[in-house]
Amino acid sequence: MSNVFAQRRQKLLSLKALRGNSPVPAHTEETCPACGGTFRRRDLVMARYVCPLCGHHYPVGAYYRLSLVLDKGTFRELEPALSSNDPLSFPGYAAKLEGARRRTGMNEGVVTATGRINGQKVAIGALDSRFFMGSMSAALGEKVTRLVEYAEKYKLPLILFSASGGARMQEGILSLMQMAKTSAALERFSRKGGLYISVLTHPTTGGVTASFASLGDIMLAEPGALIGFAGPRVIEQTIGEKLPEGFQSAKYLLEHGFLDAIVPRAQLRDTLIQLLKLHGKGGSDRGK
Amino acid sequence: MANNLTPAQRVALARHQDRPGTADFISALFTDFFEQRGDRLCADDGSILGGVALFHGQPVTVIGHRKGRTLEEHLAYHFGMPSPEGYRKAQRLMEQAEKFRRPVITFIDTPGAYPGLEAEARGQGEAIARTLALSSALTVPVISVVTGEGGSGGALALGVGNRVLMLENAVYSVLSPEGFAAILWKDSSRSDEACDVMKLTATDLLELGVIDAIIPEPPEGAHTDLHRVCKALDAVLVKELAALNKMNGQALATQRYKKFRLMGSKAPRKERP
Repeated sequence: MSNVFAQRRQKLLSLKALRGNSPVPAHTEETCPACGGTFRRRDLVMARYVCPLCGHHYPVGAYYRLSLVLDKGTFRELEPALSSNDPLSFPGYAAKLEGARRRTGMNEGVVTATGRINGQKVAIGALDSRFFMGSMSAALGEKVTRLVEYAEKYKLPLILFSASGGARMQEGILSLMQMAKTSAALERFSRKGGLYISVLTHPTTGGVTASFASLGDIMLAEPGALIGFAGPRVIEQTIGEKLPEGFQSAKYLLEHGFLDAIVPRAQLRDTLIQLLKLHGKGGSDRGK
Repeated sequence: MANNLTPAQRVALARHQDRPGTADFISALFTDFFEQRGDRLCADDGSILGGVALFHGQPVTVIGHRKGRTLEEHLAYHFGMPSPEGYRKAQRLMEQAEKFRRPVITFIDTPGAYPGLEAEARGQGEAIARTLALSSALTVPVISVVTGEGGSGGALALGVGNRVLMLENAVYSVLSPEGFAAILWKDSSRSDEACDVMKLTATDLLELGVIDAIIPEPPEGAHTDLHRVCKALDAVLVKELAALNKMNGQALATQRYKKFRLMGSKAPRKERP
């Protein structure tokens, strides 16, 4: 039994570290899953969870991601209490949801908020792959839609970090309908002159790729992110051959015309500052 | 009505090789159909069939998935699985419908968007997302009819209508039952079980508020009496289109927005775990 608690404690500690608010023991060794190189864990944290040797971008949680780009102390979370209600009464889903909520301390796979970037107020959100792989539930679609509506109402630039395995299978057709709902909200926002910057992180696939993630005025991605509609395994099965190296990588998308830029995590805040400046507060007449 | 069929049996009927397709519905319901081809960018994807036709004398834009009848056609149209070029053709036709103030009528019958290398390279996700965004804001009436298989985002791209109708034995789901079982249980052979929990039948979807009306079929499926099915569908289309024709453009866009805005909007609030 104590073993269970020990594991829980370990998990909580690592989560805390991911949020970037806990001191990390300097002596812990870390091995990069991409290059196999080893370094001190502290160096990894200092580098914003980017491998100091090869530049591999580790997946990070939503709160930590937002903390990297927002001005200190400006983060104000919107709708933190919204949660899935198991709309299809899917066998076993309620218990799984409960487990995910307890494990992550989150109610859904997206964090939405307002904050400031270099003083400019923004509406901002980030999907979190630790919660059901950031999959699209009705509640996730609802939170994203409310964020878009908030940005429209207060004339704020909108920034969304995507990371998703696709649809939330347990919510079936209602998951699918979120693609229409979020896309429709973004279209309204866009026609009113709103600026939307979409940042694709590892991995962004399925229904999220085929809706809000692909509709940015500016499309950015993190280095090495896998981005696509169909998963690589499904495509290999369909065409009956191995996929080329680098297929569906951020670089591949850039070369095929679907991204404006690939931006390393360390430069993202500066890039956002530049883009906000270029758009004159994102078509907004308020917010400063 | 054959109400005693299991969801898996309905899936089989929806996929029946003689199931009427978009081309059959076009020739039965419309006159003077002129097919429009190509996306004006690089290609023509035959798995999306579209053009202009007359519906009881009114010009309408028709767009639907096309599976084809012969093996040759099946292969050419990827069994009704569109590539980005198909969705961009659909967008082009929708924009023309807007320009010429024509209602849009769509027919949905696809296992899903084509999962291929070229399709990804040309932006399958972007093509579907743009189609969703564009169709959500059209200021002309849009009526969507799920006639066979409605699979995933590839189906939904043609499904953002002021009214969404569904044939009695058609199915509409986030993914094919096989894909669903493969992802959730790592076992695609459990697809019958998936059919039972996915809520993919017309009755389920009517209850969930995803569709607005069900078009009855003969007990053995739509292919056994196409004339009867089309008569029923025609009557509903006439009625719904008459109602939508009376609304102005802004009201149409707003009604459509609100319809989809409400789907899954009642998420409960929970304390922090």
